[in-house]
Amino acid sequence: MKDHQTISGAVHHDRQHDSAIKHVTGRAEYTDDIAEPYGTLHAYLGVSTVAHANIKGIDLTAVRIAPGVVDVLTADDVPGVNDISPTGKHDEPVFPTEKVEFHGQPMFAVIAETRDAARRAAELAQVDYEVLPHALDPVQAQKAGYPMVTDPLKLERGDVEAGRKDAPHRIQAQMTVGGQDHMYLEGHIAFAIPGEDEDVTVHCSTQHPSEAQHMVAHVLGVANNAVTVNVRRMGGGFGGKESQMNLFCAVAAIAAKKHNRPVKIRPDRDQDMTATGKRHDFVIDYDVAFDDEGRIQAVEGGFAARCGYSSDLSGPVTDRALFHADNAYFYPNVLLKSRPMKTNTVSNTAFRGFGGPQGVVAAERMIEEIAYALGKDPLDVRKANFYGEEGRDLTPYHQKVEDNILDRLIGELEENAEYRKRREEIIAFNKESKIIKKGIALTPVKFGISFTATWYNQAGSLIHVYNDGSIHLNHGGTEMGQGLNTKVAQVVADAFQVDFERIKITKTTTEKVPNTSATAASSGSDLNGMAALDAAEQIIARLTKFAAEKYEVTEAEVEFLPNRVRVGGEVIPFDTLVKEAYMARVHLSAAGFYKTPEIHWDRAAGKGQPFFYYAYGASCSEVSVDTLTGEYRVERTDILHDVGRSLNPILDKGQVEGAFIQGMGWLTTEELWWDGEGRLRTHAPSTYKIPLASDRPRIFNTQLAEWSVNKKRTIKRSKAVGEPPFMLGISVFEALSMAVASTADYTVCPRLDAPATPERVLMAIETLKGQG
Amino acid sequence: MEHQHDIRFLLNGREHSVKDVKATTTLLDFLRLEQRLTGTKEGCAEGDCGACTVLVGRLHNSALRYEAVNACIRFLASLNGCHVVTVEHLSGPNGRLHPVQQAMVEYHGSQCGFCTPGFVMSLYALWMENPQPTEAQVETAVQGNLCRCTGYEPIVKAALAVNQYGTPANDYLTTERNSLTAKLKAIQPETRVVTGPEDDRAILPLDAADLADVLAENPKATIVAGSTDVGLWVTKFMKPISPVVFVAHLEELKAVELTDEALIIGAGVTYTESEDAIRDAFPHLGDYWDRIAGWQVRNMGTIGGNIANGSPIGDTPPVLISLGAEVTLQKKGGSRTLPLEDFFIDYGKQDREPGDFVASIRIPLRRDGQIDAAYKISKRRDEDISSVAAGVSVTVADGVITSARIAFGGMAATPKRAAGAEAALVGQPWGEAAFDAAAEAVKQDFTPLSDWRASAEYRALSASNLLRRFYLENEGGTAGAVRLAVA
Repeated sequence: MKDHQTISGAVHHDRQHDSAIKHVTGRAEYTDDIAEPYGTLHAYLGVSTVAHANIKGIDLTAVRIAPGVVDVLTADDVPGVNDISPTGKHDEPVFPTEKVEFHGQPMFAVIAETRDAARRAAELAQVDYEVLPHALDPVQAQKAGYPMVTDPLKLERGDVEAGRKDAPHRIQAQMTVGGQDHMYLEGHIAFAIPGEDEDVTVHCSTQHPSEAQHMVAHVLGVANNAVTVNVRRMGGGFGGKESQMNLFCAVAAIAAKKHNRPVKIRPDRDQDMTATGKRHDFVIDYDVAFDDEGRIQAVEGGFAARCGYSSDLSGPVTDRALFHADNAYFYPNVLLKSRPMKTNTVSNTAFRGFGGPQGVVAAERMIEEIAYALGKDPLDVRKANFYGEEGRDLTPYHQKVEDNILDRLIGELEENAEYRKRREEIIAFNKESKIIKKGIALTPVKFGISFTATWYNQAGSLIHVYNDGSIHLNHGGTEMGQGLNTKVAQVVADAFQVDFERIKITKTTTEKVPNTSATAASSGSDLNGMAALDAAEQIIARLTKFAAEKYEVTEAEVEFLPNRVRVGGEVIPFDTLVKEAYMARVHLSAAGFYKTPEIHWDRAAGKGQPFFYYAYGASCSEVSVDTLTGEYRVERTDILHDVGRSLNPILDKGQVEGAFIQGMGWLTTEELWWDGEGRLRTHAPSTYKIPLASDRPRIFNTQLAEWSVNKKRTIKRSKAVGEPPFMLGISVFEALSMAVASTADYTVCPRLDAPATPERVLMAIETLKGQG
Repeated sequence: MEHQHDIRFLLNGREHSVKDVKATTTLLDFLRLEQRLTGTKEGCAEGDCGACTVLVGRLHNSALRYEAVNACIRFLASLNGCHVVTVEHLSGPNGRLHPVQQAMVEYHGSQCGFCTPGFVMSLYALWMENPQPTEAQVETAVQGNLCRCTGYEPIVKAALAVNQYGTPANDYLTTERNSLTAKLKAIQPETRVVTGPEDDRAILPLDAADLADVLAENPKATIVAGSTDVGLWVTKFMKPISPVVFVAHLEELKAVELTDEALIIGAGVTYTESEDAIRDAFPHLGDYWDRIAGWQVRNMGTIGGNIANGSPIGDTPPVLISLGAEVTLQKKGGSRTLPLEDFFIDYGKQDREPGDFVASIRIPLRRDGQIDAAYKISKRRDEDISSVAAGVSVTVADGVITSARIAFGGMAATPKRAAGAEAALVGQPWGEAAFDAAAEAVKQDFTPLSDWRASAEYRALSASNLLRRFYLENEGGTAGAVRLAVA
């Protein structure tokens, strides 16, 4: 009790990540760092070397006799159901039996005494393939008559035909938006330890321990209660560990039970990148009609996605692309359709924004198209189309936008970043500078918060107060670097009014909180913070009741002060009250629960209120482009982002900065490149280029909109922060586009696809030659 | 004399002698699997993410020097006589954080924490060498470290603040420098070191003469200097490379000599070791040198290795060829010298006979009227492999181009001169017309490939445009800046 006035780690204050010291000393334990029990075996995946084929036969003789090999697992070794599809579609086997459907698809797993032995042996299989034609992207797939992996979504409001008829301008165009590898620094890993009966415990790196648990039970053919999944922390997730761990957990668990030995599986980086899904690439057709002022009258959009060979999460991902195809703009008449195409590539999955960013990119591209067509500053076109009052507040999915703060947010950023002045200076600079051209763009983000699968919007927690006054905190969320555990512990510290250090943060485990949702959709602190608060309040209520009875005061006279409790006229240490409560046999443990109110969604009708609220943000970026080579650099970025009343401003700022850079990487240097055979050739950091420190904007100002308070009753009126700032990176893309457009005097909207690599930038400049 | 059969080194505070070290055992596997020093992480196993960064201290010209290296592609056997420092050794025995660690905590430089030990080690190396770096120097020091969470901003701020939390003078590696030096001196080999099983044999020759002997005895041996490429043959491709002859420790291959006519660089000199001499003699290579891989790789990789490897996309051959460099090959009983461009015969084929090793590179100094440039185009500015690399050296006398040497990487199966572009320039007056002609001619000089780094069209167009850039940035006109600013 160093300070009687305030507690350490209070909500709304900066607090370092709870593991910060362990991170910097190397003592933070990741799954691969857990001491291996004697007898641990290692698994490695053998994969397909063609993109599409019937499997006529697999000869594993050489694999089995290789040094150190103990066993080889195939589909025949799956005791339960050979399926790990996260949505129950049964379209994703652990190991295929008849067909391989992408280059690099896991076909079997080698179990050996060492990882090295397993890895070497995995190369030795002889597979007899009957090769079939393949389709790698949504356009090829559609031509080849491939099916969709899941039902498409249609969002419709108003009358697009009528809206178009009245509008003086119309632009129809297509844009390709590339995918993205998660490139979490810690790759996938699962470590299964067999127990008695049917039990197995799996330590792994996942955002969704409950799903890993259910999937392991499913493939083992046992009840969920036989399987325990533990996650202390991940070395990054970003959506890549929401469903993609299923395979690794399943293989490790099957092998562990079969051999009654611990089994660890850790693919190398190349296999991690080729065998697990990524952000969906999209081919987007847009058709936008608008008036002379740049006000949109009608939008029709087709969103075809490279989903890969199975559905995985492609249904909700492509849905979310449509949910965000309006970004911040009111479309009076709108028709949006998704086309989740099957392709012979790895099955794409969740990635920060979950399809939303692709929708937002399309919305921003339409704004740019309009601006170039009318010769306007794109910011004016943006402002002309923002959601507004009654009559201009309905989204394409018929939810009202009631918490719009973009006018203020954009206004402040525009002023702080001196957007107008700099844009004029840049236009003047471009007149003089022959080779180096500059561009600037200010783009907004509006992002809907809640899982669109309504039942996912629930969470649980478990809090114990021990009789020495120390507190054990557990909840269903997982820690992947975002500081969720820190924030939830702050909420609990605040509730009990005890120092942060009193709270022990523990690993996420399916043993303590069941049936959890993925830590995804930016929902981690919204859901788990509320669930933890519920548990804390239950214990506080019991302590209050006990104190009132014992000291013969009313419950209103019991007040939790920093590290102590006022009971009537007396102030006693928190520890003392806890000890007294224990002696009086008060229950000092509670399970908490929370479900998000108000939300509902009718997918068939395309109507409802899928989101509890919206988070907003905006960024302004300036770039320089070398028009001889297409090389560029980001000169300056200013960000103003809305996190409501922040639970922890410094952690939120870290999320905003990191998301911006990741979003910028997606739209600039991060390129996924498949060769004609369907092999992903950018499958490690040597070939797949995420941003470096030197790619940061030369001037980088990030601010939280400190005045913002969530209108909805979220945890301490904060807002979700994981995904929304990812889309702030779009300002870099549009600034590059402006620099390109300057070579044709801004009269033509450049045909620039994402990612805007130096090559795409140069080629867009070439295309403009002779125009404008 | 009986050979030494163990690898002797210091690991953090302890001396180790490990017998039967396989040539292909990496330092990272040794740390994580055998020593359970799990603070050092595997992120990519190819030297591109930096999660495995450790410090290696070695005696160089009798002084002890520490450098950040990638443990994932560093072979344990190459560490004979070295001091390995891992993240576990940074905080004091009382648990007190090291200044670098303290700064990273204070500035919120970690989120998921997996890349953090690697950043801590790179920043440790930077702080020891340069306790008050500029932002640009920080960025250069962490070129080889990827972070996917923070966007780097807090890490850079932490790096700039380290010195507030302590100075290198009080650091263990400074205060103990003398005793560590003595300990390392005591374990320097006196004979050849031969270790590992028959099929995974590591050989460390005692000196250059012994190297010639070893290669005469093992003409098919794999010569490994920095292991920044061969490391991947092992970690990525699981290729057998036995027997392996390690050469990075050979002082004779580490000479950097400046004569009146040339700069001569030993084949074992790393990019980092050659940096100052290169910058002084060839200022145009300064920024280019910083864009070769990341810092950890520059601390290990050698110019000799970059050449001997024969890759068409190595960064140094084009710029060395344009400067008229020659390579000296040595073997037992003799040596020969040839123009560097002649060393590259075809894809995967170099003019290197069994028993030959690359001994040194001779780069003629610049002459009056010589204008040089080095260009690298890559998807990402730093720590990337070039789509196109170019060295351009043009000599102008009395307004006339008297000689032109233009070499490209990434445009053909080998690093190659652009004969047509050179011909278009020589004899012409310095001016836009000559360079327009060269920019057109260079399109005929090459038939580049399309791959994941760049398309053939982009390679051809940007190669051509680089010659226009060369003209524009040397003509002193008023077109404004021609190249993006660096820092």
